[in-house]
Amino acid sequence: MQSTRHISAKLPLLKALAVLFFLASTCLAQSPTFSSPTNIFAPASTPAKSIFGLSVFVLVITGVIFVVVGSLLAYAVVKFRKRKDDDSREPAQVYGSNQVEIAWTVIPILIVVVLFMATARVIANVQKAAPDNAVHVTVIGHQFWWEYRYPGLKVVTANELHIPVGAPTEIKLLSADTDHSFWVPRLAGKTDLIPNHPNVMWIDPQEPGLYLGQCAQYCGTQHAKMLLRVYVQSQTEFDHWVRQQSQAAQSSDTASEGRRIFQATACVNCHAVAGTPAQGRFGPDLTHLMSRDTIAAGIAENNHENLRLWIQDPSRLKPGSLMPAMGLNEHDLNAVTAYLETLR
Amino acid sequence: MATDLMTLPGTQTTVETLRRPLVDRLHEWVTTVDHKKLGLMYMLYALMFLLVGGVEATIMRIQLSAPHKDFVSPQVFNRMFTMHGTTMIFFVAMPLVFGLANYLVPLMIGARDMAFPRLNAFSFWLSAFGGILLYFSLIGASGLYGAGNAPDVGWFAYAPLTSHSFSVGHSTDFWTLSLLVSGFGSIGTAINIIVTILCLRCPGMKLGKMPLFAWLNLVMAGLVILAVSPLSAAQIMLSIDRYLGGHFFDTQAGGSAVIWMHFFWIFGHPEVYVLVIPAFAVASEVIPVFSRKAIFGYPVMVAATVAIAFVGMSVWAHHMFTVGMSSTANSFFVLSTMAVAVPTGIKIFNWLATMWGGKIDFKSPMLFCAGFLFQFLVAGLTGIMMSAAPFDWQLGNSYFVVAHFHYVIVGGILFCLFAAFYYWYPKMSGRMYNETLGKLHFWLFLIGFHLTFDFMHIPGLLGMPRRIYTYEPGRGWDTWNLIVSIGVVFQAAGILVFAANLIWSYFRGKIAGNDPWDAWTLEWTTSSPPPEYNFAVIPEVKSRRPLWDLKHPEDPDWKYE
Repeated sequence: MQSTRHISAKLPLLKALAVLFFLASTCLAQSPTFSSPTNIFAPASTPAKSIFGLSVFVLVITGVIFVVVGSLLAYAVVKFRKRKDDDSREPAQVYGSNQVEIAWTVIPILIVVVLFMATARVIANVQKAAPDNAVHVTVIGHQFWWEYRYPGLKVVTANELHIPVGAPTEIKLLSADTDHSFWVPRLAGKTDLIPNHPNVMWIDPQEPGLYLGQCAQYCGTQHAKMLLRVYVQSQTEFDHWVRQQSQAAQSSDTASEGRRIFQATACVNCHAVAGTPAQGRFGPDLTHLMSRDTIAAGIAENNHENLRLWIQDPSRLKPGSLMPAMGLNEHDLNAVTAYLETLR
Repeated sequence: MATDLMTLPGTQTTVETLRRPLVDRLHEWVTTVDHKKLGLMYMLYALMFLLVGGVEATIMRIQLSAPHKDFVSPQVFNRMFTMHGTTMIFFVAMPLVFGLANYLVPLMIGARDMAFPRLNAFSFWLSAFGGILLYFSLIGASGLYGAGNAPDVGWFAYAPLTSHSFSVGHSTDFWTLSLLVSGFGSIGTAINIIVTILCLRCPGMKLGKMPLFAWLNLVMAGLVILAVSPLSAAQIMLSIDRYLGGHFFDTQAGGSAVIWMHFFWIFGHPEVYVLVIPAFAVASEVIPVFSRKAIFGYPVMVAATVAIAFVGMSVWAHHMFTVGMSSTANSFFVLSTMAVAVPTGIKIFNWLATMWGGKIDFKSPMLFCAGFLFQFLVAGLTGIMMSAAPFDWQLGNSYFVVAHFHYVIVGGILFCLFAAFYYWYPKMSGRMYNETLGKLHFWLFLIGFHLTFDFMHIPGLLGMPRRIYTYEPGRGWDTWNLIVSIGVVFQAAGILVFAANLIWSYFRGKIAGNDPWDAWTLEWTTSSPPPEYNFAVIPEVKSRRPLWDLKHPEDPDWKYE
């Protein structure tokens, strides 16, 4: 019989799959070998840690259900399959049993109640208001970059968020255009940025370092290249950064021609450089451009070549970016690049 | 019931049809109001779109097989995932489900056709033109101004990306109109199924004696009416926004993006049940016949289905855990979502109990149902993980979600639909499919499915969001994405074997006879394929398994029900 021959191959496969699935999930929960800067199972801030605790609880419960029901299924498949030497008689017809129906209704209900209570507790914990001493940051999502404004500190920057370690930061989420989502997996779950619908979340990273993430709600052509970088710094470093960011633009005579070209072309319609006539708000604030490690929402290192290429034709780095190629000639391009490189 | 039903001659008409000129035969198909012909057209049309949607998926997987790949531009990639999702849900899954219901419900309840044959044809052609309209965007979307392009707003098309400011040209209009048109078709068919089941059952078939297939399709049809209507309303509102100066979803004029989400998901989540309940319906027919046992706990199965539909209408906002709802609202949707797991679990246990103590014959339909049970178990458990809202704040919109819903739709629904194809192919074509090819299809597709969708969970856990056309190296996502892409090769091979089997068997398959599976429901009493009038004499039933009664007069079901 064909079917019996084939089915004997099915079991090892099913088992292997089950083992693989669980090895994979337990490895992710435990081991640093799954090294990813965006691993949700390597939490570094209270909200992410609460979520992690709940995740492990849910994984254990669902894992147990998987093993129990999966084994029953495997057992039924092996034990009750038709055999060669079977007679042609039909098996006993069983129409049902109220006792077992009640059992497999009540037990799942109890599991659901337990899961729900554990979940509701974490929801309440994470969704409570941030502590009073929190640093306040407003994040504004744009196609396809992030604007950061620190209302109390008079700092405006883009794409690279700086916050102090060990202290809570309250993040207000707004959008200038379409929906976006702020997701730095090691710090917290994601929260959407929706126009006309302000949201709030909070984080309190406990170790300094660079935390990565990216936009998690499809927002248009370059949704993929809207990366998040969160720099968690010691209080002293953070204070120093704030002092430096709240100064006006450095003016240097060496780049005066580039500045003139910058201010005479359409650049100023979208970009701001504090202390100059450039006051656009459509694109990132460039006042302290050179203090940032990356350009174009984290996709390229902020060096001379990339900056020049970006000014020349943004679509070479990021096709679909809303910044147009200004069509500058070689001379003007070099001058504008030189000017931007003085904005520290 | 008369024994001569089993030997009714119904094949003469078919022979006659084959001899007539091609144009005549085509004309007959285009103008037909016969539920079986319409059912077949639904299914063929869906299979065609399955190939198209599969090609779109393949393009995406090539692009994502390694970081920073340049196989397609971001614009093309965004169109691909929009078209893939829209096509697979609206023009593959829905027509497959409707095609099966159309073909089988009248046969199973002993009726000669659907209640409204002309409405049936009208609904089919609306759905068919909806699909054509969607793909016409590829040439027509920008009108006469230049080359067209396909919609690129994602299959749930969140506002305000769909507004005129962010979506210029006409691609979004093609998307809107195509779903509106096919949505009316779906509502028409749903009404037809409900009326057919309520009014045309043969003598003796009380509601409690209907095959589970008919019961589950009745519930599905009810859900279609409840779910598709808000979607159609939302599409009309979006068109008003885009063309008549409305501001429902136009955030720049004070509209609400969140309202669109509510409208979409109060359709979108019940839609999952619209698709999965007919898959359950297939499993509820195939598993008993191939285990040689009556379905375990028939009344509980019906009750669980109704419960899933009922609770399923109140879970939609679990798609919106990250939009910033209050903790009370979040908790409500956590509870309602988790509650769905209870009736779903009951169904799985009842199928298991049906297999328990049986003599399971692992022919292709049963193999696919066994795969379905395992995969649906996993899909249900990952669903529970995401129903815990805080866990969803991490998993939502990541590749974990993509893996989860493909586990439901491919591992659950598509596996059952393959089972249905193999199970009813003899009835529909009059010939047996090739069992070896059927098993080859199963194993290829099973391997491909698990390579792709098991490993797709992992990049999600490592922070990879969905709908990105490329990704950065150094995030630990590369290897997993490569494995996921490799799985596509096996799935595609499986589909080719499937198509070859259908075509080859149509011409060369063994003649099936009326009842090749020794089955128990009414469709197996008539000839294969059934004559236009289905039954020469309307049958009369006494139990849920009329053919069991006929074959076992010493031990009939009606004594126990």
